[in-house]
Amino acid sequence: MSAVSTEATIDRKAKLTRLEKRAIATKGKLSSPWASFAAIVIAALWTIPTLGLFITSFRPEADIVSSGWWTWFSNPNVTTENYDLVLNGSSTNLATYFVNSFVITIPSVLIPISLALLAAYAFAWIPFRGRNLLFVAVFALQVVPLQIALIPLLTTYVKWGLNGTFWTVWLSHSIFALPLAIFLLHNFMKEIPSSLVEAARVDGAGHVKIFFQVMMPLLVPAIASFAIFQFLWVWNDLLVALTFAGGTANVAPLTVRVAELAGTRGTEWHLLSAGAFVAIVVPLIVFLSLQRYFVRGLLAGSVKG
Amino acid sequence: MDVLKYADTTGEKLVLMVIAVLLFVVVMGLVLFATDKIKRLPAWAVATAFLAPAVLGLAFGLVWPALETIKKSFYDRSGNEFVGVDNYVKAVTQDEFQIVLRNTAVWVVVVPLAATAIGLVYAVLVDRSRFEKFAKVLVFLPMSISMVGASIIWRFVYEYRPVLEGVPAENQPAQIGLMNQMLVWFGLEPQQFLISPPLNTFFLIVVMIWIQAGFAMTVLSAAIKAIPDDIVEAATLDGLGGLRMFRYITVPSIQPALVVVITTIAMGTLKVFDIVRTMTGGNFETSVAAFEFYRQSFVQRNTGMGSALAVILFILVTPLVVYNVRQMRKSEENR
Repeated sequence: MSAVSTEATIDRKAKLTRLEKRAIATKGKLSSPWASFAAIVIAALWTIPTLGLFITSFRPEADIVSSGWWTWFSNPNVTTENYDLVLNGSSTNLATYFVNSFVITIPSVLIPISLALLAAYAFAWIPFRGRNLLFVAVFALQVVPLQIALIPLLTTYVKWGLNGTFWTVWLSHSIFALPLAIFLLHNFMKEIPSSLVEAARVDGAGHVKIFFQVMMPLLVPAIASFAIFQFLWVWNDLLVALTFAGGTANVAPLTVRVAELAGTRGTEWHLLSAGAFVAIVVPLIVFLSLQRYFVRGLLAGSVKG
Repeated sequence: MDVLKYADTTGEKLVLMVIAVLLFVVVMGLVLFATDKIKRLPAWAVATAFLAPAVLGLAFGLVWPALETIKKSFYDRSGNEFVGVDNYVKAVTQDEFQIVLRNTAVWVVVVPLAATAIGLVYAVLVDRSRFEKFAKVLVFLPMSISMVGASIIWRFVYEYRPVLEGVPAENQPAQIGLMNQMLVWFGLEPQQFLISPPLNTFFLIVVMIWIQAGFAMTVLSAAIKAIPDDIVEAATLDGLGGLRMFRYITVPSIQPALVVVITTIAMGTLKVFDIVRTMTGGNFETSVAAFEFYRQSFVQRNTGMGSALAVILFILVTPLVVYNVRQMRKSEENR
């Protein structure tokens, strides 16, 4: 026992030094001024556009139209009037659309994940005839671009008298998320050791019990990462909302309204900049606070292993 | 039932949302309860109960509409008269659609390559540096911003103030867009970046590259970290360093990840329409297939043409997805 652990320590030590060596090698590479310069340029290009609009959103309208945002550093006037105007002003009224985005997003995340969990469990752990064929069919549906489904769906919703309600948006988002969700969750479920499931079965647990007591606790990280994905995708979506929700204040989410502002008030930067940040802030918070899960999901989804 | 369909106030909307979720929970709960309580239910019955909601949804929301759209693409604008492959012929022969297809091709080639190249270079540069985490977040952040938000951010960068004739340079109105101000600082004329083709397409493409580079960087960075240490060590002993290490060790080692990243970004790029819509509204020869689909279907009310464009999109995406899946399978087998 002690021999093994010593060996492990030695191994870890060897590894550590290797890592250190590599870190040193990297440092050598990075000390090249051109490399550092390139990294800084990229970081700046990726940050400055957002920073510029962000600063603009807090500048008084008169300042915005008369000078560039970079002059703010020498003349730092700050106001929250733009935000007040864009959130509560009768012509923009983003607060209402903010609520819509929220109302659209929550069920559109919860519903497809639950459906996909059940389906993924069936594909992974319930043997039935034609299972592989059906799974491949579901998986293949990832090929279908949303565009190809929109017009017939809209026609159907109109026929049912449901167009322009939250229901069509919820339903569509839920369905569109399923192929990827089933595929990803199925992969995670497959990796759960079958001995765990067998043991539960011996104890007399049925599928429902196994699903809730064995699978779910182990799947929390996978569920979290997909939930973040779906959240960002639904919150940031424009196409589905535009098609099914229309532009009314009753249903349309922020993206639709902000895009509309860009069209009709394309030069009123005091409204546009604040509006853009009202739409950005929630995904930004979700992203920054749950970044770890998000990255994990990304890596599981695109490069296996 | 109107109460359940329309909501006007915030309170009503929230109640409606809760009702929708509860409704869903109750139905699912009943299904699960039934499968659990009925003794000796055969496996196929449980499977059906678990699968039915998802499969029915997919059949209703993706399979059937896709077939319907394929059918519609052979009909005229109102969907009544069969016109054969007319829409497709128009799509490849008429000037306005040729521009659309050309732009789509440019997007799908430039965006994945540029985003991946930038993401890769950046991942290598910041790998194991002191500020790695922070540096990565900066580039990754645009991923969380909607394309509408990103478009507005970049429209502001490109913002143009007209030059007044016969007014001395010091009295010209200040440029408030960063790009034009830079031009002015260098003594050049400010430009209307989004108006003049063909360059304006590239200024739109910049936005998509800006959004996608973070994705490429994250995935490739993970792949770089997974390169076995002994390979790097051996290469270092052989005197490889800097660019040659990058060329002969890093890039070949992460090739599968590179392929996946490029194809994934290409798939996303083909379907992009928000950027075009928000930045130029598809004017000034900047339209792409996914946006033209929207314009034809919902603005021009030409269902036949819209459907044909959707099918073309479908045809363009399919090989990418198939290739991507193959690569994924391969790397899974090698694991």
